[in-house]
Amino acid sequence: MSTWDPNIVVFACNWCSYAGADTAGVARLQHQPHFRMIRVMCSGRIQPGFVLRAFEKGADGVLVSGCHFGDCHYVFGNERAVEQFEKTRNVVRLLGLEEGRLRLEWISAAEGKRFAEVIDEFTDQVRALGPSPLAGERAGAAAHA
Amino acid sequence: MLDLTQTAKETRAWACYDCGKCTATCPVARAGAPYSPRRHVLATNRHPPQELAHDGSLASCLTCRLCDARCPAQVAYTDLVRRLRELAHRARSEQAGPAGELEPECPHGGALQSVMRMMGKRSTQQSRLAWLARAEPPSPVRGSAGKRSDFAAVNPPPTPSLEAKGAGSGELKTEPERGQVFYWTGCTMYYDAFFPELDLATLRGTRAAVALMNALGITPIVSPNERCCGHDLLWNGDRENFERLARQNVRLVADSGAELLVTSCAECLRTWKLDYVPFFAGRPPRMVHLTEFLTENLAALTLKPDGQRRVTFQDPCRLGRHLGLYEPPRQVLAALPGVELVEMRRHGPAAICCAGGTWSNCDRFAKQVQVERLREARATGATVLVTACPKCQIHFRCAMNDPKLGGDIEIELRDIAELVADAVRAS
Ligand code: SF4
Ligand code: SF4
Ligand code: SF4
Ligand code: FES
Repeated sequence: MSTWDPNIVVFACNWCSYAGADTAGVARLQHQPHFRMIRVMCSGRIQPGFVLRAFEKGADGVLVSGCHFGDCHYVFGNERAVEQFEKTRNVVRLLGLEEGRLRLEWISAAEGKRFAEVIDEFTDQVRALGPSPLAGERAGAAAHA
Repeated sequence: MLDLTQTAKETRAWACYDCGKCTATCPVARAGAPYSPRRHVLATNRHPPQELAHDGSLASCLTCRLCDARCPAQVAYTDLVRRLRELAHRARSEQAGPAGELEPECPHGGALQSVMRMMGKRSTQQSRLAWLARAEPPSPVRGSAGKRSDFAAVNPPPTPSLEAKGAGSGELKTEPERGQVFYWTGCTMYYDAFFPELDLATLRGTRAAVALMNALGITPIVSPNERCCGHDLLWNGDRENFERLARQNVRLVADSGAELLVTSCAECLRTWKLDYVPFFAGRPPRMVHLTEFLTENLAALTLKPDGQRRVTFQDPCRLGRHLGLYEPPRQVLAALPGVELVEMRRHGPAAICCAGGTWSNCDRFAKQVQVERLREARATGATVLVTACPKCQIHFRCAMNDPKLGGDIEIELRDIAELVADAVRAS
């Protein structure tokens, strides 16, 4: 287990959180690298199907991120994102996946430091939970058997 | 690769004489969709499979079986379209490569199919039975920013008398593993959780069913390890994931020792009775719809009128045309004092389905079918549309969310078990 690193999917909106990741990079901030980022135009686009598919394919954790309320480039896209996120969380709960594997965060384009902190914190949280039970062979299901 | 010659034989596609009755009957085609079952039948006889594999209109079929009944040559179009979808599904999977399956037509971004496939993986322990402990179905969880449409704000959903009367708040008695009677819940808890915007409460029907069994002195098995029956995956063409679910479910029920399996879901019943057959090892349990079970036990229930109600009944396509069960729900309704059934113009074998179409496609044509059907229900003068399948509730409720039409097509939707539970409680 000591060498195990989680496999995390981060959904980020083009205008804030993706730019926030950029800001973190430009400032050369250190953070853990165990995630793949999927950029969408707005967090309102991140429907349950995206997140559930990520879990189905074995993601150990999924982070959904977008602009702070009032900052969304499309005015209310992130309000939609909250609705979609709630639905997703309801279903994740029923399926028996730990809720700690799923998280919603608002990160602005200026918040490079916050981006790095959220990533580190979430990575640690998912690492503590261990491999997703749906990850199958990839992560060694033995840890959860 | 699907053998089209064999398929043509088994579905009698070869017998088609191009009369066009199927397309003329089809509610989707009649709504104006660029869709023709007749063409698919002819193409099966004529074309190389590649063309059919990439025909997006295969997803338009509701698989409601209305056309099958009208075909003068007894072509089984519904079976045919399922096989053609398997062909299309394989083609899509190949295209998608190891990244997996594509469901381009699903109105919900493939979320529901993902959930079904995840249930097929053995590794998680679902927590699907919270409703057993709760006095009421979970109230819809809304996003903090979730705003109801103006229509919904001025038209609150009808107060379900079941909860209003405290029904279903009694303790439900169930067994987790072993027993005589298995109550197969279906995925109502998932649907209520996934569609907060529809103010769904399909779990009320589930609770009512268990409460009725309890009233009859039966403690049914309600298993925490039940999985999606796989119905929708199968009809989407995903046979592999269907079979994974089928095998686990069949084993679960076999291990329970149950001799009777009762379900309120018309789709689950169809799947158990027809599509699980190849998976049974020993003697399968007897499988019945809740309404069949109730007709056999009506004498043991004391039923009192719960007010006077005029209701109409939606024949679920799976229950009616797929399984031939038209009478049991009507017998149940006839036994309820104070309940008067008024039939819709098209009912029984001629009923129009809820146009949900196994989450394979939902477009303005499907919507139109639903709107027309709801108008037909309202035209009976009934105040309640009774269903015997949770899926009908979902798709009709969704249609009623139309802010432009809502007032015209709004009608209270109830599962038949809720009405019976009301009558038991009234006594
Ligand atoms: S109704 Fe039957 S015979 Fe007529 S076109 Fe359709 S499949 Fe062919
Ligand atoms: S099964 Fe129903 S929806 Fe499909 S072609 Fe036949 S009538 Fe149309
Ligand atoms: S009618 Fe059914 S399939 Fe279509 S959008 Fe509504 S819930 Fe989804
Ligand atoms: S653009 Fe960032 S949340 Fe809408």
